Amino acid sequence: MFRAHWWAAVAAVTRQVGDLEVAEDAVQDACAAALAQWPAEGVPASPRGWLIGTARHKALDRLRRDRRRADKEAEAMRERWGGVAGSGPAEPAPLPATGWAAGTDDELALIFTCCHPALDPAARVGLTLRCVCGLATAEIAAAFLIPEPTMAQRLVRAKRKIRQAGIAFRVPGREDLPARLGAVLRVVYLVFTEGHLAAGGDALIRGELCDQAIRLARALTALLPGEPEVTGLLALLLLTDARRDARLSPAGDLVLLAEQDRSRWDRAMIDEGEALAGQALRLGRPGSYQIQAAIAACHSGAATAADTDWREIALLYGELIRYEPSPMAAANRAVAVAMSEGPAAGLVILDTVSGDTRLARWPQLHIARAELLRQLGRRAEAVAAYEAAMALEPPAPERAYLARRMHEW
Amino acid sequence: MVKYMFLLYGRPEEQLPEPGSEEFERMRAEWGVATGAMARAGVLLDCAPLQPPAAATTVSVRDGEILLTDGPAAEIKEHFGGYTLVECADLDEALKWAATLPVAQVGKVEVRPVVQVVAPAEQPAG
Repeated sequence: MFRAHWWAAVAAVTRQVGDLEVAEDAVQDACAAALAQWPAEGVPASPRGWLIGTARHKALDRLRRDRRRADKEAEAMRERWGGVAGSGPAEPAPLPATGWAAGTDDELALIFTCCHPALDPAARVGLTLRCVCGLATAEIAAAFLIPEPTMAQRLVRAKRKIRQAGIAFRVPGREDLPARLGAVLRVVYLVFTEGHLAAGGDALIRGELCDQAIRLARALTALLPGEPEVTGLLALLLLTDARRDARLSPAGDLVLLAEQDRSRWDRAMIDEGEALAGQALRLGRPGSYQIQAAIAACHSGAATAADTDWREIALLYGELIRYEPSPMAAANRAVAVAMSEGPAAGLVILDTVSGDTRLARWPQLHIARAELLRQLGRRAEAVAAYEAAMALEPPAPERAYLARRMHEW
Repeated sequence: MVKYMFLLYGRPEEQLPEPGSEEFERMRAEWGVATGAMARAGVLLDCAPLQPPAAATTVSVRDGEILLTDGPAAEIKEHFGGYTLVECADLDEALKWAATLPVAQVGKVEVRPVVQVVAPAEQPAG
């Protein structure tokens, strides 16, 4: 009920009181107050305004209380120790009210703060889900399969660092924007892949992560309409998520792209994703998310797996490597080449990249090798590759797929 | 404004260029450019290299007794060789300045915010 207002409320109160942690707690308290009051007194004309006003009041109250306590402690310190310097907490510093455009700038400032590159990458994801999306700490912990106290600790530490290190609550300037935006998009992408890849565990919560990522990408596209990579990311997420229902068999096993029932793909999502990908690419500033969206569009545009334009996909992966020279992109290009020019050509490329130690830990590389070796009739080597993939302990649905594949000849 | 201490971790003493050598002069010039820019921007409070860890004496007081140990407080692999103290608007600004220091190219710069201590009122004498 409050999630639609969470981002705006935490953002507005953070600007007003100058502390993310205090603001977030206050918004939480305001939501609790709303739950108690609204059913009896009716929903206010502007629920968002009410939440922000109430939270602001609570936040300022708390800061005053903290300040009084700190003063008392400093006083006691002086009485006991005479001239020894008491190091009370610094004055709570409300951020200047002037010079800030209210509303959307605050919302952007909040997500840029949560995704600041000086924060631990895992904490950025958690912080964004908590402060921007309004997920409960317990929900975030469950989604990432870690104990709640661990996640809570991670969030507390990150919020403390924001305060102690002096991470500013603002939208980065033009010169810093590309790098900082990259960090934000990375977080959104990670939220999505966490939900998308690990289809095991509690599938419901995982699906929620994909939805949150798409919601974030949508909001960012609205806030930064001129940034093609933002639109490209939204397109990529939509095109990938459109296959969600077809990715798992009724038994919960992973179904490969080639074997998916394409009638179960979400056509509306695909149409929107394709339109957005085209719109972004037409701006003439391509980037890794836009190219990945174009690749996803190649798949969604093929009526059957056999109709897939693998030559185009191989070209796009070649392009992707220019923006993101990752061994994963190289491996994917190898698969596309194998599909368009035959398994032997693909295997040559795969074998040149498989020396990369980063890639050796990636089960998909071994699965791809195994599939090509299988097509070439090199059964013993294929089994060894399946076993290498299995040894890396991939998520449960992939394990089930491998176990099946190894005995299917 | 927030004060930040840059802890400079660079090459150990024996790998530094000889004073008077061409490389030494180049290093000095690079530092001059970096700290000069900081000074002109009004963010630089202090910057200095430290004598090597071998010159360190570690002091502790236990039960009223002063204990001295030859050497640094903690043996660490990295060579802590100097510091820079700046005053900036926020972390982003501090990180940018930290990246301009020559030591960032070969070693590491740890950026630590300084706690703003609220000084207590002076106690009247007597």
